[in-house]
Amino acid sequence: MAGLILRRLLMVVPVLFGVSVIVFLVISLIPGDPARAILGTFATPANIAEVTRQLGLDRPLPVQYIIWVGKLLHGDLGRSYILHKPVAEEVMERLMPTLLLAGTALVLASIAGILLGVVAAVRQNGWQDKLITVTVLIGISTPSFWLGMLLIFWFGVRLEWLPVGGMRELFGGGGALDTARHLVLPAVTLAAVAAAVLVRLTRGAMLEVLRQDYVRTARAKGLTERRVIYVHAFRNALVGVIPVIGLQAGFALGGAVYIETVFQWPGIGRMLVSAISTRDILLVQGGVLVVATAYVLINLLTDLAQGLLDPRLRDA
Amino acid sequence: MKDVVVTRRALLAGVAAISAAGLPRAGHAETPKDVLVVGHVAELQTLDPAQAVTISDFRILCNIYDSLLHYKDGSLDVEPGLAESWTISPDGKTYTFALRQGVKFHDGTPFDADAVKFNFDRVIDPNHPYHNTGPFPFVFTLGPIDKIEVTGPHTVVMQLKEPYAPALTMLAGAIGGLAGISPTAVKTYGKDFSRHGGGTGPFKLVEWVSGQRFVLAANKEYWRGAPKLDGLVFRPIVDENARVSEMLSGGTDITIEVPPDNIATFTASKNFIYYQQPGPHLWYLVLNTKTKPFNDQRVRQAANYAINKEALVNDVLKGTANVANGPTPPAFTWAHDDALRPYPYDPAKAKQLLAEAGYPNGIDVTFYVTESGSGMLSPVLMGTAIQADLEAVGIRAKIETYEWNTFLGKIIPALPADVAVAELSFMTQDPDMHPALALRTGAAVNSGGFSDPKVDALIDAGRAETDPVKRAAIYKQLQDLVHDDAPWVFIANWKQNAVSSARVKGFELHPSFTTRFYATSKT
Repeated sequence: MAGLILRRLLMVVPVLFGVSVIVFLVISLIPGDPARAILGTFATPANIAEVTRQLGLDRPLPVQYIIWVGKLLHGDLGRSYILHKPVAEEVMERLMPTLLLAGTALVLASIAGILLGVVAAVRQNGWQDKLITVTVLIGISTPSFWLGMLLIFWFGVRLEWLPVGGMRELFGGGGALDTARHLVLPAVTLAAVAAAVLVRLTRGAMLEVLRQDYVRTARAKGLTERRVIYVHAFRNALVGVIPVIGLQAGFALGGAVYIETVFQWPGIGRMLVSAISTRDILLVQGGVLVVATAYVLINLLTDLAQGLLDPRLRDA
Repeated sequence: MKDVVVTRRALLAGVAAISAAGLPRAGHAETPKDVLVVGHVAELQTLDPAQAVTISDFRILCNIYDSLLHYKDGSLDVEPGLAESWTISPDGKTYTFALRQGVKFHDGTPFDADAVKFNFDRVIDPNHPYHNTGPFPFVFTLGPIDKIEVTGPHTVVMQLKEPYAPALTMLAGAIGGLAGISPTAVKTYGKDFSRHGGGTGPFKLVEWVSGQRFVLAANKEYWRGAPKLDGLVFRPIVDENARVSEMLSGGTDITIEVPPDNIATFTASKNFIYYQQPGPHLWYLVLNTKTKPFNDQRVRQAANYAINKEALVNDVLKGTANVANGPTPPAFTWAHDDALRPYPYDPAKAKQLLAEAGYPNGIDVTFYVTESGSGMLSPVLMGTAIQADLEAVGIRAKIETYEWNTFLGKIIPALPADVAVAELSFMTQDPDMHPALALRTGAAVNSGGFSDPKVDALIDAGRAETDPVKRAAIYKQLQDLVHDDAPWVFIANWKQNAVSSARVKGFELHPSFTTRFYATSKT
């Protein structure tokens, strides 16, 4: 088990290196540059040259990248051109809200997805199954940003049950309860698609397992149906579902980009969108690096969870 | 910093007491009295007016910093600010300012001539110890400043390398706020000054939480008297639908830039006040005057006749803009030629001009459209509507759409030879700026390659003339000439809009497109 963790942690390094090179190249090579983003319609060649020089962007690309890596090794992610502050500071400030949102959404999606999936499988072709399957189909087909706007309109503007955006009340707010109220709508929106995917997957996995010989044997031995389903079948079905939860973590982090915009969630996704449009290279680099690290670590965790469920994987 | 902490506690704790008694189950607790919550279009980027580049930043900064000069309420005319009076030498190169006495920065240090010199030297002298707190991308708009001299404790002289009449309006504008920065704050924070700030203005910084809120408190010692509000909170709400939702649910008291489609929702209700204000903005089409077909003035005029500008501002922009009559926006009341008529919508005349120019069967052109961009007002919808109008007279435009940053890179400094038309908009604070940058022969952003020696001479004359009356006459001549030359298709002048709750009193939008909350109150 320790070997697996160590090997997977070592793999993080080349993954992040690759991510940083690709992000750096892409944002450097697409048309437009920070000086132009800053100057807008005043972007005369002389002004661009001057601002580019002042930003230290007049050096060749490989040199810029090496300087960046050199600083990174000392824990310095550089300074954002646009926000005029250290990238690390901004990224850390923005990371927690995103992890909170994506994490909550993932937990919601996992619980709802697996529960409903099991119910649908156990009641195959019953009315519960049909209801769940249809709901899931709608869930998968609904664009998240639209669902978000719909929820804002009903629960925020019309019924006034929940705040329409932000992470805490400006006045008299604060505290876990306040944040939780603000978290409900964005987390549900973000969880919807992931939950739908997990329902289908869990249902399929359960149905397959329930047809296996050992399940028939368990039933033949006279075990209760409850014990057959939840102890024998469910645990085996889960082995196939867990890695997909890891993948869904990626979607949750990615989906946070637009959910954060719709709900004004002060997360890293919203930060990245504006950083990309202003070509704030160092901020994009720092943000993507941290998100990629989070993604890799979440997948590591799901691998470990899978290992716990399935002894065969532990020494593989 | 100590007083700042106390202020924040006082502000937020007082507010907490009020809202604790409020409605914890409602979507939002009602915002408290005397604290105005603003739905702001973007994240604040910097607290340093010398570094700021976006109008959304300046909307906040103009409440924290004073300039040497100030725009009067409701106009772009200049009145005294931190400078009580000023004189300009006959050669237009020496400006002498008598500074207001007894003014203090938020940190308690006095505002004086040394402070003004420090602030200008920081941005114009590459060897200044705090020049590395830059870059200062828009300082060039203040003019070719040679040096700043202190001639008395409250007198400074600004020496220009050459005459630059726009200096006064630019000093009164948002970038002019750099004159009112506290040198002590710059020295204390260095590069991080941009995150702390410090001026003499009616409001001062309390806290700045990235992505969530930017909180200001009243400067009770303000030299014009304390502002009416106790606090000012800007919430960055980038998504325009989210801004509308927050406004409807009571999460904000005022929202700047309401999407055209949502205006009716607010104007129909007694609970809201709707504001609009034309500004120094022009939305236009750049025509490539260097190559066929727009190297012919008749074809350029044909394009101006072909487009139904009334329909664009009323149907596409839902009345959030007026039809433009020429290159100079009407917001420059003193320089605008009110007698100049916009090109009427006349497709028959357009066809006739095209035929006269030798294109009886029409022409095929490439038309650059941007997806978004500062001041670009629904550019894709506008582009499509314009395409249809042009098609109707035989100008068959093939649209190519680009992301804003990419778009700018493609059209500046010049349109590619095979591209005939591009959308563009421009916002400025002096009628000199746009023609000088975009119409003068060989100018840096003269994308259409336009050249007319008479236009060049008028631009130069306007820049050198310090007498406002004579200067106005020059710009009126310039407008008539450019209108006739038609290097651009003049489309629209944007009206900035805002909506507030009925609890907000005394707020007015300003033609500079900044938001000044000094006189605003809230019940």
